[in-house]
Amino acid sequence: MRQVLEGSQAVAFAVRLARAKVISAYPITPQTHIVEELAKFCADGSLDGRFICVESEHSAMATMIGAAAGGVRTFTASSSHGLAYMHEMLHWASAARLPIVMAEVNRALGPGWNLWLDQTDSLAQRDTGWIQLYCEDSQEAMDTTLQAYLLAETVNLPVMVVLDAFFLSHTFEPVDVPGQAAVDGFLPTFQPKFQLDPAAPCTLYPMAGPAVYMEMRQSLQAAMDRVPAVYARIQDDFAARFGRSYGVVEAFRCDDAEVVLVMAGTTASTCREMVQNLRAQGQRVGLLKLKLFRPFPAEAIHRCLKGVPKVAVVDRNNSAGAGGIFAQELKAALCNRQERPAIYSYVAGLGGRDITTGTLESIYWKTLEAAEPTQDSQWVDVHEELAKS
Amino acid sequence: MIEQFDGVELMDSGHVACPGCGGALALKLALRALGEKTVLVIPASCCAVFAGGFPQTALKVPVLHAGFATTAATASGVRAALDFRGERDTTVVGFAGDGGTFDIGLQALSAAAERGEDIIFICYDNEAYMNTGVQRSSATPYGTRTTTTPGSGWKLTGKKNIMEIMAAHGIPYAATASIAYPEDLMAKIRKAVSIRSGTRFLHVYASCPTGWGFPPQDAVKAARLAVQCNLFPLYEVVDGHRYTINSRGTDRIEAYLRMQTRFRHLEPANLIDIQVQVDEAWQRLRRKAKA
Repeated sequence: MRQVLEGSQAVAFAVRLARAKVISAYPITPQTHIVEELAKFCADGSLDGRFICVESEHSAMATMIGAAAGGVRTFTASSSHGLAYMHEMLHWASAARLPIVMAEVNRALGPGWNLWLDQTDSLAQRDTGWIQLYCEDSQEAMDTTLQAYLLAETVNLPVMVVLDAFFLSHTFEPVDVPGQAAVDGFLPTFQPKFQLDPAAPCTLYPMAGPAVYMEMRQSLQAAMDRVPAVYARIQDDFAARFGRSYGVVEAFRCDDAEVVLVMAGTTASTCREMVQNLRAQGQRVGLLKLKLFRPFPAEAIHRCLKGVPKVAVVDRNNSAGAGGIFAQELKAALCNRQERPAIYSYVAGLGGRDITTGTLESIYWKTLEAAEPTQDSQWVDVHEELAKS
Repeated sequence: MIEQFDGVELMDSGHVACPGCGGALALKLALRALGEKTVLVIPASCCAVFAGGFPQTALKVPVLHAGFATTAATASGVRAALDFRGERDTTVVGFAGDGGTFDIGLQALSAAAERGEDIIFICYDNEAYMNTGVQRSSATPYGTRTTTTPGSGWKLTGKKNIMEIMAAHGIPYAATASIAYPEDLMAKIRKAVSIRSGTRFLHVYASCPTGWGFPPQDAVKAARLAVQCNLFPLYEVVDGHRYTINSRGTDRIEAYLRMQTRFRHLEPANLIDIQVQVDEAWQRLRRKAKA
């Protein structure tokens, strides 16, 4: 059934369709609409779940860990400072191999306080062992949340479904909401591979010394390595049932492109329009949208960029001292390949600054006309006078 | 004299606690009272070590090792999951040290108590971070030398009153207990189990030969002296305001302090200060209990 939903609602509807049992969260703008909706569902009985209002994000993730180890499906949502505060428990959740699903709304970190879109918060968690899936619109947010449960429960790793602040979390769009029976067919009842059970006592996560720790982390790596193939199967099944598929990356008009712009999130929608406009003018430009970020889909990216001479990575994030994070990842993924494009790195749209089709078009022209890439990221649309002061 | 225990021992002797560890004794006694239908949540603490490293364990109940600050939050999640699985008769118990209760775990504990989570939280209090090498916590009493309150910088502030903090939440049951009084400790845990709603809190005095500086065979003696001099009175608080005192000490504090190297530096004037503090706290408690 098609409904007009906010991106936040699309996630909440998906969590209800997934029949999550324990939901725990701490409010932070712009994540609040997701958890308010779920609190309502638990209160009105449309979701047979318990909403636990904790006092911090650190406790929210700890509660998820307790509930998931207790053998039920879980959900939380956070953003920015909240996600950063959760950081310790993100490591715990993944190494505990618990299939927790979290929605993370990309928001800038202070100081100064800033509520708006910036991807540095989620990307700063790239080493925590969480699968990360980025979404472009409300439909994708709903579908990705449903897929996230199946993916998490198949490989026993937690999944972060990432949404842009406001541009996605607070924007209403028509969404095809699948029926409960169809979702139940796609996502069966959770069968935990292990759980706390007095009838079969076991100790979870005891001290692990040098003789065993490394193998534990290697098995986490192995689980991550399985993700691209497992996620492809899940997406195929989803497509057969619901008619929609996203891939781990999406190449849009990349054939014969001279310059391909690479990005994640809602900026990809703006870029599609820019690509259409420039293609109509005869420019050979394409878009590569990143959906899966952890594990980083190096193979798929390499395949999509075959024969492309120049790539412009548009990062709505920055790792101070190293530059745009997607660009770093792309460089690392391609550096040992015989055939690889020149990689141009642009930092743009931090802290909610708009990225318009004009912004992206200027990035295209700049890349096309450059003789070779700069080593550092180039900052786009900055007020030079303000930056110097 | 401890009564003969003929139930199932849920903690084996193969644990790796220091000789004379009060925390290990507290857990052994607690598990006798808790029984098999128990899930333990253990944060970073001595217990996280002495329960056994992978692939061994000394415990015969399900155990979830948890992040340091998270005992009460993790236990809340386990409780919610067990409720959905129909495991209503299983008790979820957090077993944390004083650091994981008074300091880093306090925020999550306060929140769980305020939400009325159906969990039991046992703090085994050895009055410092023993596992990491005897650093002071907010449970470390006035006058103590630790590795972070060394030399003439011994701790000049008092111990945080965790019982009053927990009682102020209006929780159904809060009680102090001591490894030197096992019947009392086990009876209080059975009582906490039987309540089956809201957060129940036990503050268990768990002496530490390694950190306090006395021979391992004196662990129970140290804990008993603390009760006998009213430094650690045994009492219960029901619904946050109904106090019952279960001990009545008559000794002065010297014997207790003088048996431990952590207090060896104290001058006679310091002992008088501490005696005054103990007497005042005891009188305050008596007034609350109208005893």
